[in-house]
Amino acid sequence: MSAQPKVKVRRLSIHYRDKTAVKNLDLDIAERQVLALIGPSGCGKSTFLRALNRMNDLIPGARQEGEVLLDGQDINGREIDVVDLRRRVGMVFQKSNPFPKSIFENVAFGLRIAGLRDKAELTARVEASLHHAALWDEVKDRLAESALSLSGGQQQRLCIARALAIEPEVVLMDEPASALDPLSTAKIEELMHELKSRYTIVIVTHNMQQAARVSDQTAFFYMGELIEVGSTAHLFTNPGVKRTEDYVTGKFG
Amino acid sequence: MIALTIQAVGLSGIAAVLLIVIFVGREALPILRGDGEAGFDTLFLPQPLRPGKPPGFMWQPVGEVPKLSMIPLLLGTLKVTLVAMVVAVPVALAAALFTSEFAPRRLRELLKPVIELLASIPSVVLGFFALMTLAGWAQSTFGLPSRLSALVAGLAMAIAIVPVVFTVAEDALTAVPRSYREASLALGATPWETAWRVVLPAAAPGVFAACVLGFGRAIGETMIVLMASGNAAIVSLSLSDSTRTMSATIAAEMGEVVFGGTHWSVLFFIGLQLFALTLALNWVAGAFVRRTLRRLGGTA
Repeated sequence: MSAQPKVKVRRLSIHYRDKTAVKNLDLDIAERQVLALIGPSGCGKSTFLRALNRMNDLIPGARQEGEVLLDGQDINGREIDVVDLRRRVGMVFQKSNPFPKSIFENVAFGLRIAGLRDKAELTARVEASLHHAALWDEVKDRLAESALSLSGGQQQRLCIARALAIEPEVVLMDEPASALDPLSTAKIEELMHELKSRYTIVIVTHNMQQAARVSDQTAFFYMGELIEVGSTAHLFTNPGVKRTEDYVTGKFG
Repeated sequence: MIALTIQAVGLSGIAAVLLIVIFVGREALPILRGDGEAGFDTLFLPQPLRPGKPPGFMWQPVGEVPKLSMIPLLLGTLKVTLVAMVVAVPVALAAALFTSEFAPRRLRELLKPVIELLASIPSVVLGFFALMTLAGWAQSTFGLPSRLSALVAGLAMAIAIVPVVFTVAEDALTAVPRSYREASLALGATPWETAWRVVLPAAAPGVFAACVLGFGRAIGETMIVLMASGNAAIVSLSLSDSTRTMSATIAAEMGEVVFGGTHWSVLFFIGLQLFALTLALNWVAGAFVRRTLRRLGGTA
């Protein structure tokens, strides 16, 4: 933790109308590591995650205080273009949501939006992204087919490939494996080990074992507050707070 | 008992449509059989008009030698419909996109019913508006030789079609899952790029259905064209010429036709053609939508 953190969150609070979803939160996210956010449902994990690429902007009635610094720059600052921010901070959603387009076009979408026209480079980048998402071997002969013809696990890896194609610096994953079978889940977890050599990853998960397997750091949320954050090994074996211990050992949640 | 009643009501609807076709078809039978004074050749092929002139297409059903060519009427219908579609579809789709993607919720709740209210304007009122206001405006703006023309009728008809296309298209756009929009925005697309490149293509079948519905309405629309087109059955591709459509012909002449005569049969035959046109269009549209859905759904 000696290096400068990639993302610094300072005194962040998020409200939906009169309900407070995230309370006065401070957190550092280290570069090229996996941070897992755990906690019971409705504890503000996903809301916090969505604050990191300003997806909460889309929710009417959401207000926010405090700041989120990406490489030292406030992402809610006036000079920040939200479109630019979302290119740097990509997102994979809980429910896989490929576009009703071909497999190729799904991955190429972000690149085309970013203005890439060169056919050869487009093809190369799509192929590379599918390799990164460990999907290439399964789809290389059917790139023109609809993305919706893929299985659930393949669709989610396609969404990961789509997010990786524009080479974000940070990848946010909101329970990416919650709707998948164990085999697909294992593939995605394996993938995360590969990905952290290039990307900073923040993953929300309900699955304690998954957090233990994939993450370097773990943050425990409860009722909108950050209760405890630390290295995953430490937090799971030797939690500093009673409530964390109760949660990771399965006494509630 | 209730199920039976519902079934009976449903079947009676189908029966009504079938009976209408049978009735119209029966009146047009002499044309279809070709044993009357007029057959497909008189209706669709060039006919001698006057001695010493080349044969041509003419609609002049009353006279010593009735001239019953469908060509001017078909051409007129297509011309007016084309103008209406070219004007109405972009306007309606733009309005639908704006309402579903960009308008704040309040504005949206206001816009949708107001535009849909347009659909409830009686077409005779639109026709009157076209006749009194639009015609003069179009003539002075575009420098047209006559007040009433295919252009004026098409423009007035566009007003009638916009709400139809808008409503169906807006529903289709709104039905696109939020997750597509979120995925697109999270990839750094602007709201405009999201609307244009994700939402609109995802709603394509519904949007296409909206256009077909508008087309069907346009082809059968009668009162507006009757009042605003000028009703001259001329073979001309110019939009500024007075124009007679198939539907307006039926409406204008049915009251004065000799019962059971050739002209009578031809008018019913025109009705049959309108029916066939709409049916064919719906069928093609349905096939297209199914194909698109299969391609998008990936169940192929």
